[in-house]
Amino acid sequence: MPLLDAHGISKRFSGITALDAVTLDVEENEAVGLIGPNGAGKTTFFNCLLGLLRADLGRVTFAGNDITRAPVYRRARAGIGRTFQRMELFTDMTVRDHLLVAERSRLGTGRFWKDVLNLSAPTGDEQARAAATLELLRLTDVADAPIEALSLGRGRLVEVGRALMTDPKLLLLDEPSSGLDAGETAALADTLRLVPAERGTAILLVEHDVEFVRTFVSRVFVLDFGTLIATGPTADVLASDEVRRAYLGETV
Amino acid sequence: MTEFIKYVIEGIPLGCVFALVAIGLVLTYKTSGVFNLAFGAQAYVAAVLFYELRVRNGWTVLPAFVVVVLLASPLFGLLLEVLIFRHLRTASPLAKLVSSLGLLVAVPQFVQILLGTDPTFGVVGIWWNDDALYHFGDFVLDGKEVAVIASTVAAVLLLGVLFRFLPIGLRMRAVVESPRMTELAGVNADRVSAFSWMLSSLFAGLAGVLLAPLYASLAPQNFTTLLVAAIAAAAFARLTSIPLALLGGILLGVAQALLAGYLPPASLLAQNLRPSLPFAALFLLLLFWPGLRTATASRDPLSGVDPPPMESAVATRSPALTMAPRVFGVFAGGVVLLLVMTTFNEKWVTIFTTAVIYSVIFLSITVITGMAGEISLAQATFAGIGAFATAQFVSVFGLAVLPTLFIGALVAAAVGALIAIPLLRLGGIFLSLGTLAVALVFETVIVPRGWVSGGARPVQIPRPVGFADDRTFFLLCVAVLIVASVFVIFIRRGTTGQFLAALRGSETAAQSIGVNPTRIRILAFAVSAGIAGLGGGLLATQKHIATAADFSYFYGLFFVVLVVTLSTRTVEGAINAALGFALIPPLILEPLGLNPAWQFVLFGLGAITYARHPEGVLEFQKRKSLAAIERRLPQRFRSPPITDDASPLPAGGAD
Repeated sequence: MPLLDAHGISKRFSGITALDAVTLDVEENEAVGLIGPNGAGKTTFFNCLLGLLRADLGRVTFAGNDITRAPVYRRARAGIGRTFQRMELFTDMTVRDHLLVAERSRLGTGRFWKDVLNLSAPTGDEQARAAATLELLRLTDVADAPIEALSLGRGRLVEVGRALMTDPKLLLLDEPSSGLDAGETAALADTLRLVPAERGTAILLVEHDVEFVRTFVSRVFVLDFGTLIATGPTADVLASDEVRRAYLGETV
Repeated sequence: MTEFIKYVIEGIPLGCVFALVAIGLVLTYKTSGVFNLAFGAQAYVAAVLFYELRVRNGWTVLPAFVVVVLLASPLFGLLLEVLIFRHLRTASPLAKLVSSLGLLVAVPQFVQILLGTDPTFGVVGIWWNDDALYHFGDFVLDGKEVAVIASTVAAVLLLGVLFRFLPIGLRMRAVVESPRMTELAGVNADRVSAFSWMLSSLFAGLAGVLLAPLYASLAPQNFTTLLVAAIAAAAFARLTSIPLALLGGILLGVAQALLAGYLPPASLLAQNLRPSLPFAALFLLLLFWPGLRTATASRDPLSGVDPPPMESAVATRSPALTMAPRVFGVFAGGVVLLLVMTTFNEKWVTIFTTAVIYSVIFLSITVITGMAGEISLAQATFAGIGAFATAQFVSVFGLAVLPTLFIGALVAAAVGALIAIPLLRLGGIFLSLGTLAVALVFETVIVPRGWVSGGARPVQIPRPVGFADDRTFFLLCVAVLIVASVFVIFIRRGTTGQFLAALRGSETAAQSIGVNPTRIRILAFAVSAGIAGLGGGLLATQKHIATAADFSYFYGLFFVVLVVTLSTRTVEGAINAALGFALIPPLILEPLGLNPAWQFVLFGLGAITYARHPEGVLEFQKRKSLAAIERRLPQRFRSPPITDDASPLPAGGAD
């Protein structure tokens, strides 16, 4: 049984069909890509998976549990981590704090009475896990920098780190290369490649950059005008005529 | 049946006045994202100005109407747009709401300082003959009422023509859809927004001039009712539809007239429900009106291209510079403590005790605004709940005062949590408006009850045993403040504070790591209400009596503008605000022979800066000057430099 099974997801916005019965699955430890031209419905689909939008039809199961109607934070607790296309970081916090707050959320050990008695400082274990993640993502040198001082590329990595701290079974990456130049994208991809190997996390990558997708995922789903037009091993799908027409344009 | 129709017709004029302001609210909210609470103040200004010209200076109707409604009111709106709100375009709706709240506090007070607070009887309307009776079949309306209906019809027709047939109307509709898109299409959105500000301010001015003669005198509280009724009507219109705002206003006016007509005048319900109907209506609409929540979500296709939020001064600095102001603060506090205990006379002991007590109350704003990022306009109400609960428990059950103060705080916390549960579904400006409705309902319906405030005979409350003397009571208050401050600091440092900081930075991101926003915010609300309740209990104990006047909704507004002007982020901010509140009148205003109301004006105008400096203007200046000092320090005292490979990124989500 797949880790994530989104079955027949449909979504309409006042008469316009944004998604038409889209079905997608991700196995454990697998990196899967979701691609499609602008306006294909990638973001809508993503938001339906995450609970930011409610699908009109369809069912989302994650690790055997139906999460179709679960609120966002419950999906996170069930093991879905994510990054954002537009940076969503916590103002006035250091990089390390971003990870520690996620770690505390994962553990669920925060108690109001502990706050009142000043017993809520990060424990040694929490610090060690944060340090390990900083190390994995090569962020140790900026660990105590305020988040405002980071570059876009490293800000993305902080988002990855923050998501990893919750020990996700599945990590959703929402256009991680957006806003980055080719060099930064390559560096990001290099670092991201370490994640599944080190943490055993499955990945669902939504991405424009075909090179990124080609080198990163083994299986790919292609959306166009709200419908799934192709799916299969990355190399085959990217080479197919239909995908080239829809995604890369007629003339390629 | 004829009776019913008679009441309906009686309600329409008042409803029309509500509707005019409601239309203004929708218009400015849609075109500039500002939910302009200041329309209440603008209506009041217009009414006062009209009264000045007509009654005190003997002008005739037409020139007075032209000057006040057609010239001064739009000009005032234009000034607000050009001087204040244009510069806040990228700020969040909540920050803009605080700026308009500052105006709502400052402007009427300023007018009262200028023109005095002499009773203003004999208010006249804009009709040739206010008291002429006009018969429509079986029904009679007087000149004032006919004037209201005629002007509203004219205003609405004008608006209809504008939107349907004139180019500026088309541009306004485009700006409503997406200001950024409209700019890309070559339309100057600033000019469109300025125009809609003028138009809606004209409506507010007209409403003020029309409303005044419906009452015996020009009382500011009638304009609060007007504002809240208009907010309710705007909520009915989901902040989007102008025809629905019109309908909502009229329905509210009619409902009020029906209540007045059918309820026996002496009944409890009639006495309380009728004046508080707009407040209750607002509260219920916010809770139950479908579609309000979705109306808050931006549907602007270009909403993602906002420039980064305004720069805030860096908060990280070397430990030495962090310590220096603290050491100075503790030292100054020690000196004051010593002076109060030894040299100061009774008056100054009382003043400093008041400052300490208000520091506790203001700490509640540090929690709800500084930590949770919400604006609650009901903090004075929570303080009142604490005060009344403490006083009643002491006088009814004969409990000891000191522990009862904490029981009062718990009662306030429980009420805060109960109120937060339904309101938090809304969030943002609706949460703030909901707390305003709560404060007003509480003040008009619940506080007058004997079991709350003692009714005509306010509840007495003795000083705690051993703290009867003013100086020892001062020490007790200082001790409570220290405990409350440490409580707040520990919570901010702890998991709750970290989760709240995360939510403030980016709600979606906080949820994406599993933080339950509702649960943590209810907790923040309860903690904040509890702290306010504790301070309220202390205040009543200081004065030996719990009086409703100390906890009126106006203080709820004023506390917010006061604390956001200084700083909501730090405990010092709350203490500074309380010192300002207690010391500015006796130290600055009295010696200069100035009206004490100047402090409302001062801080009201200060709050306008909130949208630019959400950390507080004083805190911003402090950070800036400390950063400047740091640059001059030798290397070894500086905080470690931060290096990163590329340009810095704008942090924080704009959701």
